[in-house]
Amino acid sequence: MGVEIKVEDLSKSFGKQLIWGDVTLTVPAGEICVMLGPSGTGKSVFLKTLIGLLKPDKGSIIIEGTDIASCSEKELYEIRKLFGVLFQDGAMFGSMNLYDNVAFPLREHTKKSESEIRSIVMEKMDLVGLLGAEDKLPGEISGGMRKRAGLARALVLDPEIVLFDEPDSGLDPVRTAFLNQLIVDLNAQIDATFLIVTHDINTARTVPDNIGLLYHKHLAMFGPREMLLSSEEPVVRQFLNAQRVGPIGMSEEKDADELAAEADQELPPLPPIPMQLEPSNGIPRRSQREPGSWCREHGITPPPGSFEENMTMTTGG
Amino acid sequence: MAPLTATRVLRPVGTAGKLFAFGLDVGRGLFRRPFQLREFLQQAWFIASVTIIPTALVAIPFGAVIALQVGGLIKQFGAQSFTGSASVLAVIQQAGPIATALLIAGAGGSAIAADLGARRIREELDAMMVLGIDPIQRLVVPRVLACMLVAVFLNGMVSVVGVAGGYVFNVVLQDGTPGAYLASFTALAQLPDLWIGMLKALVFGFIAAIVAAYKGMNAGGGPKGVGDAVNESVVITFLLLFIVNFVLSTIYLQLVPPKTG
Repeated sequence: MGVEIKVEDLSKSFGKQLIWGDVTLTVPAGEICVMLGPSGTGKSVFLKTLIGLLKPDKGSIIIEGTDIASCSEKELYEIRKLFGVLFQDGAMFGSMNLYDNVAFPLREHTKKSESEIRSIVMEKMDLVGLLGAEDKLPGEISGGMRKRAGLARALVLDPEIVLFDEPDSGLDPVRTAFLNQLIVDLNAQIDATFLIVTHDINTARTVPDNIGLLYHKHLAMFGPREMLLSSEEPVVRQFLNAQRVGPIGMSEEKDADELAAEADQELPPLPPIPMQLEPSNGIPRRSQREPGSWCREHGITPPPGSFEENMTMTTGG
Repeated sequence: MAPLTATRVLRPVGTAGKLFAFGLDVGRGLFRRPFQLREFLQQAWFIASVTIIPTALVAIPFGAVIALQVGGLIKQFGAQSFTGSASVLAVIQQAGPIATALLIAGAGGSAIAADLGARRIREELDAMMVLGIDPIQRLVVPRVLACMLVAVFLNGMVSVVGVAGGYVFNVVLQDGTPGAYLASFTALAQLPDLWIGMLKALVFGFIAAIVAAYKGMNAGGGPKGVGDAVNESVVITFLLLFIVNFVLSTIYLQLVPPKTG
């Protein structure tokens, strides 16, 4: 069963430039969360802060009673054993082949025999569909394969928390769909807490239980998927539906003139909320909620056409 | 404007402090178990393989130049019988450690900085930290120890090759007598000279590896950052080595009285 991450009042700046401030959120144990945000809003920085690679300026990150922001180096290395992290480019060790890469954490942290290691590594390689590529060096394979190999390595120590840094960047739509399915299946299988950082709205709309949106140096909103997808909040609405009308501009937020020019423009209606991606074996995940339950509980009518099987996945408008 | 100037002026101090702190971290890592024997042997072999031949090739002319220079000078004083001793002193105390240091920094250090820098920008070091492994203990400590070990061995080699080179040039070109050259070894040179040479090589190896590892691990800004890191690490190491060499030589000459015939 996964572990909860409690982030309170977190701020980070590089020099004088504030990246984001006062971020407060709780990533619930065992659930899939997506952290969204326009390019350059510090999503990756947020992820690196969560694992203690970067120190926040203030605030706390509590995992199993330990505050990552202020604990000692030794505690940090201990707590990191709970984590599995998939880096943007896989971050495979260039001097080792894929097998040794995936086996690396096992060899460093456990006293398992080579045959035990072999069976675990092969199982994870099979999981990500890389059987037969064990002897390849990271430089010899495609970006997508490197990513999957990175995932295998992140999973090898049976982590309680898995962080994904843009799992879909640089992948074609088919591979992205497979990877998303893999993420959902994995969550059903290992019940770990998943946090995905991405700006792919299709992933954000269909995969997670919760969505967070970083925008303009703060956390604009964090909550259940249906809450954000049915939200009328301009920033959330614009981003999750990939529209040009709204407060987000090409470089950063739009200025007053541009916003005034848009004032009388009719906002396109909210697109229907798609079904959440289900595990491929059909058995619901532990943290999965019934479609539409949040909307019913909070008395919100979802956009027409929501939660219908085989609905179109179009976004934008 | 004032705070800006202050930041600019104080920045090198900050960097020096960080480098020193990094050195302390590594020093602490030296005693932390488990010791990475495999990585240590691989690195020692690698550094030795890239430095042995260049070092030997540098040592021959080094010894020869010293022999020619000192030999010429000493002839004017009419003290030819001490040629061997003078060139042994010069080679073992100064030329050996310095030639070793230059090669360790130039060939070994640059390779370490490039390797760690590439790992840094490919996020390999981050990945390693996230997997709960301290890169200082896993990667830097074995490299530092390997550099120190290889530096001491290279120093021995430079001393032998340098003295042999000096012998050949003295005997062949300057009409020195082989017997006088060999017999005068012990006239001025003494055992502590050998120890200080080895100590210097050890310290130089340590500094070269620390600077290279620090620069590599803090490379930033893509492939160009790695190139800059390598470049800076070599330049900084050279500067540091000559300063440290000066300090060590001064202390040694103060502490150990010269041998009087």
